[in-house]
Amino acid sequence: MNALKSIIKYQVHDTFRSKWLVVYTLFFVVLSYGLLSFTNDSNKVILSLLNINMIVIPLTSLIFGTIYLYNNRDYIILILSQPINRKTLFVGLYLGLSVPMVLSFLLGTGLPILIYIRNFKEAGTVLLNLFVGGVFETFIFVSVSFLIATMNENKMKGLGLAIFLWLFFTALYDGLILITLQVLREYPLEIPSIIFTILNPIDLSRLLVILRFDISALMGYTGAVFNQFLGSGFGMIVSIISLAVWCVVPLFFGLKTFSRKDF
Amino acid sequence: MCLIMSRIRNSVLILFLFLSTDFIFPKTITVGKNEKIKSIKQALALCEDGDVIRITGGFYPESNLVVTKQISLLGIDLPTISGSRKERILTVRANNVAVSGIHFADAGASFVKDNAAVKLDSVTGCAIENNEFSNNFFGIYLGKSWNCKIRNNKIIASQKAQTYSGNGIHLWYCKNIIIEGNTIDGHRDGIYLEFVRRSLIKNNFSTRNLRYGLHFMFSDSCEYSHNTFQHNSAGVAVMFTHHVQMHSNLFINNWGGASFGLLLKEITDGKIYNNKFVRNTCGIYLEGSNRNIVEHNLFENNGWAIRLMANSMDNNFMKNNFVGNSFEVTTNNTRNYNTFANNYWSDYQGYDLNKDGIGETPHHPVKLFSLLVEKNRPTLLLLRSFFVELLNTAEKVFPVLTPETLVDKYPEMSFIK
Repeated sequence: MNALKSIIKYQVHDTFRSKWLVVYTLFFVVLSYGLLSFTNDSNKVILSLLNINMIVIPLTSLIFGTIYLYNNRDYIILILSQPINRKTLFVGLYLGLSVPMVLSFLLGTGLPILIYIRNFKEAGTVLLNLFVGGVFETFIFVSVSFLIATMNENKMKGLGLAIFLWLFFTALYDGLILITLQVLREYPLEIPSIIFTILNPIDLSRLLVILRFDISALMGYTGAVFNQFLGSGFGMIVSIISLAVWCVVPLFFGLKTFSRKDF
Repeated sequence: MCLIMSRIRNSVLILFLFLSTDFIFPKTITVGKNEKIKSIKQALALCEDGDVIRITGGFYPESNLVVTKQISLLGIDLPTISGSRKERILTVRANNVAVSGIHFADAGASFVKDNAAVKLDSVTGCAIENNEFSNNFFGIYLGKSWNCKIRNNKIIASQKAQTYSGNGIHLWYCKNIIIEGNTIDGHRDGIYLEFVRRSLIKNNFSTRNLRYGLHFMFSDSCEYSHNTFQHNSAGVAVMFTHHVQMHSNLFINNWGGASFGLLLKEITDGKIYNNKFVRNTCGIYLEGSNRNIVEHNLFENNGWAIRLMANSMDNNFMKNNFVGNSFEVTTNNTRNYNTFANNYWSDYQGYDLNKDGIGETPHHPVKLFSLLVEKNRPTLLLLRSFFVELLNTAEKVFPVLTPETLVDKYPEMSFIK
């Protein structure tokens, strides 16, 4: 436990020292502050922040995650020569990267919103959903990137795979849903489409936000089904479980590979 | 000689008129607990043309009252006349009757009869003003009546199901009616017009009705302005009518699975201007509607600002503001025979190099995704997804599926005041 603590401590220190995290935080600050100063409409701001959630966070988490493991290879080999459990090291590395990233997201978007908090009086739940989505996405995609980096020795291959996975989750997956809905439009697809969305963390966190104020009425019957499910306590629990599974499963397989890996 | 004779005849006539005091000096009949006449029915039996019946404050459980003389019914301290949830309350069968200051309650629901609190049956020149109505089946019902005024009434009902609920103000085969300053809350249709001509509906507030705030059928040449339609489960519907003027109304929060701000079906030569459509599922829905002019309206934060069905032609959309709608315009066709020009679109991404306030590149308000959604509603699931944005951008660069002619060639750069 002590070893884990000191590894996390060292990693967090190391991550905070590097410039890119500062840039990452500043990016969020500038973007959300800019959005907020452009418009008083909290809905517009939330929708733009949602785009960040869907595009920027997965991309940066995946890329930073893979690069981070590759760059720390020497350090890992050094630490492994010490009597330290591999599991501890892996989890330490994971938390050492993801926690600062989550903090920088919360700080970067949260501070400007706090300044303009009076614009968000009625948007409490949507905002909460937005932040929960962002936090989970960071944890999920860092863990996916760790899996990629441990499984691929070749840096280029790993990075390529990371970018491909990002493209898959943000765009291709939705394309597949669209094709399915078009081809099978004669059938009742409410339940399958709920399952589809729950399986993709990006879609899930997007839907949790837009269902609150955008589409539930436009979708008619489908919207009602979705609202009934995702708006209920049970739906919330299922969504949170799905997001948690997305965090834990890649991490678990990454850990397994890492434990058996010959450096 | 002839002139003198006729003068004499006239003076004799005038003398006769003065002698018949009944006609010149109408009586006032007062009804009340402490008066000689205790019930309204009694007073109605006694009255003659031109009388005034004053009803003092109190509770009168009287139904099936029929007015057959040209009288005024005047409530003092808001007396309540109750239909006891069974019958109709007041039926007017004489011209020039005035009803004011009375609270009508509990006209009974019926599946056979149109029980109304106040029913005007084939009359002219009547006025229903400053009354209150609560929990009636129909509030005010006008059949085959002309030149009547319905002003400043408060009409409230609280039924849950459409079948147990009548309309707030119901007009059938009427002409020259003025409906002004009424509040209608919780009926089936707030105001319902069928086969009505040249009537004016102004300054009314219609809210939380189970079906439409205002429902128009076969009612040509009517005008409605300065009304507010809020939280009605299906908004406002105007059907099978031509030459309607709709202006300066506010359509707000008509939000729900099958709601519309304004539904137009088979409407021709109408004029829709200076209205505000805010937070409706669909701002205006046009089906089979031709030659309408839609200008200077504001569409803000609606699901769809305009849904233009393929069977609508030659409509002009000009100088409107479209701000923050999920979808600006959708249609179910790849062709378009309507005109869009000089509107302000908050989604417009073009530029204005010569600074004349009009964008140089045209604006396509129909996106590929809106076309997909129109044909397959569950795809709305992908709203605001990155993939959909990509699709829309691709379609914008090379339009294949979206109607090429549904385009605003002169989009305004800033909000039109």
